[in-house]
Amino acid sequence: MATGSDIQDVSMEEQLERKRRPLDTFIVGSLFIAGAISIAITLGILWELGSESLLFFTDEVVSIGSFFTSTEWSPQAGSFGIWPLILGTLLITFIALLVAVPVGLSAAIYLSEYASARVRNFFKPVLEILVGIPTVVFGFFALTFMTPLLRSIFGSTVGFFNVLSAGMVVGLLIVPLISSLAEDAMAAVPNSLRQASYGLGASRLETSLRVVVPAALSGIAAGIVVAMSRAVGETMVVTLAAGASPRNFSLGEDSLFGYILSPFEGAQTMTGYIAITASGDISYDTIDYNSIFAIGLTLFLMTLGLNSLSRRIVKRFRQEYE
Amino acid sequence: MTTTAPEKQTRDYFPTEDEYQKLLGRRTRFGHTVRLTLLLMLTIAVVGLGILLYTIIDDSFGLVAVINENEPEDILAAYGYDPATTTLNDLNKEQLVEVLAGSVSSGVGRRLERDQRFFEDRLVFETQEKWDEVCASDDPPAGCDGGVRSKGNVVDLVQERVIRPDIVAASGLTGSILNPDRFKEKVQQDFVDNPDNYEPFTYEDVRYTWRAWFSWKFITSPASDRPEIAGVRTAVLGSIWLVIITVLFAVPVGVGAAIYLEEFARPNRINDLIQTNINNLAGVPSIIYGMLGLAVLVRILEPITSGSLFGEGAPNGRTILSAGLTLGLLTLPVVIISSQEAIRAVPNSLRQAGMGLGATKWQTVRSQVLPVAIPGILTGTILAVARAIGETAPLILVGAAGFITVSPSGPFSQFTALPIQIFQWTSLPQEEWRHLAAAASLVLLVLLLTLNAAAVLLRNRYSRRLT
Amino acid sequence: MNDTTETLSVDTADMPPDPTLTAAPTAMKNARETPEEAGPGVIETKNMDVFYGDFKAVADVSMNFAFNEISALIGPSGCGKSTVLRSLNRMNDLIPTARTDGEVLYHGANIYAPGVDPVEIRRRIGMVFQKPNPFPKSIFDNIAWGAKINGFKGSKADMKDLVEGALRQAALWDEVKDKLNESGLSLSGGQQQRLCIARAVATQPDVILMDEPCSALDPIATLRIEELMLELKENYSIIIVTHNMQQAARVSDRTAFFNVELDTKGQRTGYLVEFSPTDQLFTSPKEKATEDYITGRFG
Ligand SMILES: Nc1ncnc2c1ncn2[C@@H]1O[C@H](COP(=O)(O)OP(=O)(O)OP(=O)(O)O)[C@@H](O)[C@H]1O
Ligand SMILES: [Mg+2]
Repeated sequence: MATGSDIQDVSMEEQLERKRRPLDTFIVGSLFIAGAISIAITLGILWELGSESLLFFTDEVVSIGSFFTSTEWSPQAGSFGIWPLILGTLLITFIALLVAVPVGLSAAIYLSEYASARVRNFFKPVLEILVGIPTVVFGFFALTFMTPLLRSIFGSTVGFFNVLSAGMVVGLLIVPLISSLAEDAMAAVPNSLRQASYGLGASRLETSLRVVVPAALSGIAAGIVVAMSRAVGETMVVTLAAGASPRNFSLGEDSLFGYILSPFEGAQTMTGYIAITASGDISYDTIDYNSIFAIGLTLFLMTLGLNSLSRRIVKRFRQEYE
Repeated sequence: MTTTAPEKQTRDYFPTEDEYQKLLGRRTRFGHTVRLTLLLMLTIAVVGLGILLYTIIDDSFGLVAVINENEPEDILAAYGYDPATTTLNDLNKEQLVEVLAGSVSSGVGRRLERDQRFFEDRLVFETQEKWDEVCASDDPPAGCDGGVRSKGNVVDLVQERVIRPDIVAASGLTGSILNPDRFKEKVQQDFVDNPDNYEPFTYEDVRYTWRAWFSWKFITSPASDRPEIAGVRTAVLGSIWLVIITVLFAVPVGVGAAIYLEEFARPNRINDLIQTNINNLAGVPSIIYGMLGLAVLVRILEPITSGSLFGEGAPNGRTILSAGLTLGLLTLPVVIISSQEAIRAVPNSLRQAGMGLGATKWQTVRSQVLPVAIPGILTGTILAVARAIGETAPLILVGAAGFITVSPSGPFSQFTALPIQIFQWTSLPQEEWRHLAAAASLVLLVLLLTLNAAAVLLRNRYSRRLT
Repeated sequence: MNDTTETLSVDTADMPPDPTLTAAPTAMKNARETPEEAGPGVIETKNMDVFYGDFKAVADVSMNFAFNEISALIGPSGCGKSTVLRSLNRMNDLIPTARTDGEVLYHGANIYAPGVDPVEIRRRIGMVFQKPNPFPKSIFDNIAWGAKINGFKGSKADMKDLVEGALRQAALWDEVKDKLNESGLSLSGGQQQRLCIARAVATQPDVILMDEPCSALDPIATLRIEELMLELKENYSIIIVTHNMQQAARVSDRTAFFNVELDTKGQRTGYLVEFSPTDQLFTSPKEKATEDYITGRFG
């Protein structure tokens, strides 16, 4: 037996006593620290965005009120109203979703409900390659292909920098995200539901559109929200293709569709402003330096909000089938 | 059979057989239409990818219009060779060095020599005393122990310094093949429209040659402010350094965290918090990580990240170390999540078997769980790292330097990286830079597709082994 | 079964009665009193309850497992046999929600006392699982690993001897001696299960727990394992869960019957009905429920 004669006279209680295993303790401790580092990262982000934004908002030329209400962003002129940047971000996000939702959803429905294995084996890698392409390359594509294309279609009303080109390319970039999340959601729909529908004489199309998609709707919605958050945070395409001038506007005076919401004009986004401002030789503790953190905080909160919204939707979705 | 009641009902509520066939036909046709529409939509994504790749390749090769400051023929003639029978390549190294020495200033010549000597046995531009003095100094130039320039290298130098070609226009691949004349007409037209731009040259000076922007020379040449000779070596080396630091940080920490969460974490509040937090971090835009890197790594930790604490380098935190760690932070959540999935896929029976033998949890994890999970962890990690290589925004924030031609020498070097180079070249207005950006994109894509293919192969082999 | 003669070689204190005598009412009476009278066995549970979260899976189990015997646990599905078995070497600790109340005494020491090292327990009380689960490593390493992590100090040659010895004990040596470096997964199901038994034996435990070790095997492989158990009993105390009543009857010295009932709160909590010498339990069970179960009149 394992218990040798030398410990025969030690009581069983003592033999079973918890052993010290310094190696194990050390390793588990290290692993815990590895896990806890992620908390430190979050704290770091919150602290850095918070403290620098605080410096920004307490600067005498800035007022919190006008930051959230003014529709003019011209740091040189001392006006810091975030709306033009938010407008740029939302316009591009909207155009991107306009492209990506139909394409991504169709792709998901087709791949999960119709496609043969061979067709899938062709399309899936294509989508995977799209995921792997760096965004700066998409930016190059927007500037050297999409913009000239749009200008050749719509003529010179399309600016050299415009949100349409940026938005469409961001859309292409998030197609795989939407399609894979939507496909996951549809794959989670129990097969019994499909069989029930076929059993009632429904066609494949009716089954997929009337039964599977509605059943997967919250999962699909969650996917779209995630893609939206991705579009909001996208930087390189918009920096390269949408230009570096904030679309300052004044409601009532400027034409709503001719200018404020026009897809043909350029518009700086939140991310674009941060990237452009930081790419110059930015000096610490200037109003410019601090302003990118205030914008960053806004961006962080927006994406955080979208991501938790999507998680909440998914949670709901899970309960439906349990 | 003349039962009336049921038939009446059928007639009231349901279509007759005839009507039903029509309806079915319509349903089927509609189904086909929708199916085609779906396929069409899906094709859009494929076409988009296709055009993207096409644009890049198209811009990476093609005809260029060049104006040489000195035509090679004139140079050859000036040195007494017959331009009809000889080309620069026919000259030997001695003759080439003579041509070079005849054209460049002695200051440039000395700099070239200090970078790398021309001959083993003699100096061309420097005096021996000066050379010995320079080489004895604290910071001797590379030429002191860097070997000798090859003939090819001297040919390049003659090209660069004597012929001094200037690319005035460039065309894409398809245009160059299908309609080269249109490109030439365009160039000619521009000489007519804006002659001032080309002073003192005229259209007669223009030569057309093919150029592969994407070439081995492009990969091995350092960055430059002249598109004719600019390459991506500096950027590629920068990216390699970044990957090394990213991997060194993100893989041990990420895999460690994944092991903790999957194997050791009991469901309590702290561990739930860690898990939720990681999921949240995975959704944070990369530019925010860049700001974290700027505020914390570049600025606050400057003494460490600049190396000045260790007596190295100037106190400037915009170094490879800062940027690599920033990418590491960004990659961390992805590495954790994919490693968790790989660890979760290991069958529980192995854990039970290990623990049932009286192994400690860690012994079981180390010897039984991890070996099985490693292919999956590796696949996820490669994909995450591939993503990090292409990240641009965070690098802009942590100050990947604008214009750098010196290869990075260590973690405390200033640097540039491949995606940054693409970004900068894309933002420049002149056409030549666009072709360079395309070629650099091609380099990046080849690199990433190789990594992705490796990951996919690994995954396929792994999943086959499990089944 | 000629194997029953083997029981003669075993410690007489809790020797099961000779099968020829089991019909006698006196034997019955003795058997009923055995757990209390025979003194503590290798493992003894006292009023053990096991919970999964708020759900009480088994209630109030008091049993005494004798040295060098095969004890079988039988009962309908879901009555908590596996739960009880896993509680005996704290494998239940691996399930985060699981909790055990009451006492489990191993050589008189409560294994659930604070300060007890579950790793130490599992080293002494080995386990073989329902589905063969060899490590995806070589046959040799499958066996050597357990010894290594338990601080095996011998030379390489000693390790070879240990592996050979374990494989011989598991009656697997002749079949695998030429392919010790092949993966354990390359073996047939029955061989894999014997490899798992060899692996458990190699760490030299005191008790071996087996949870339906034959349920994934064909009848011939089952027979091999049963023979093996009877051989192993000389050196180890064995506790086995089985769904197969013939198996319990063939190999075990003592059998426990568990049942499950809906309690007042609507929970299905398992409980021990009776724990008697095997021949007695199958020929003249003292409880009606046992009789119903073994005669197939169950639920
Ligand atoms: N990990 C677990 N978490 C929660 N409940 C569990 C868990 N394992 C078992 N149970 C529950 O405990 C009860 C007893 O399960 P157990 O597996 O011990 O039964 P069993 O007698 O071994 O059944 P079988 O003969 O089917 O193997 C069952 O109601 C089961 O649902
Ligand atoms: Mg069981």
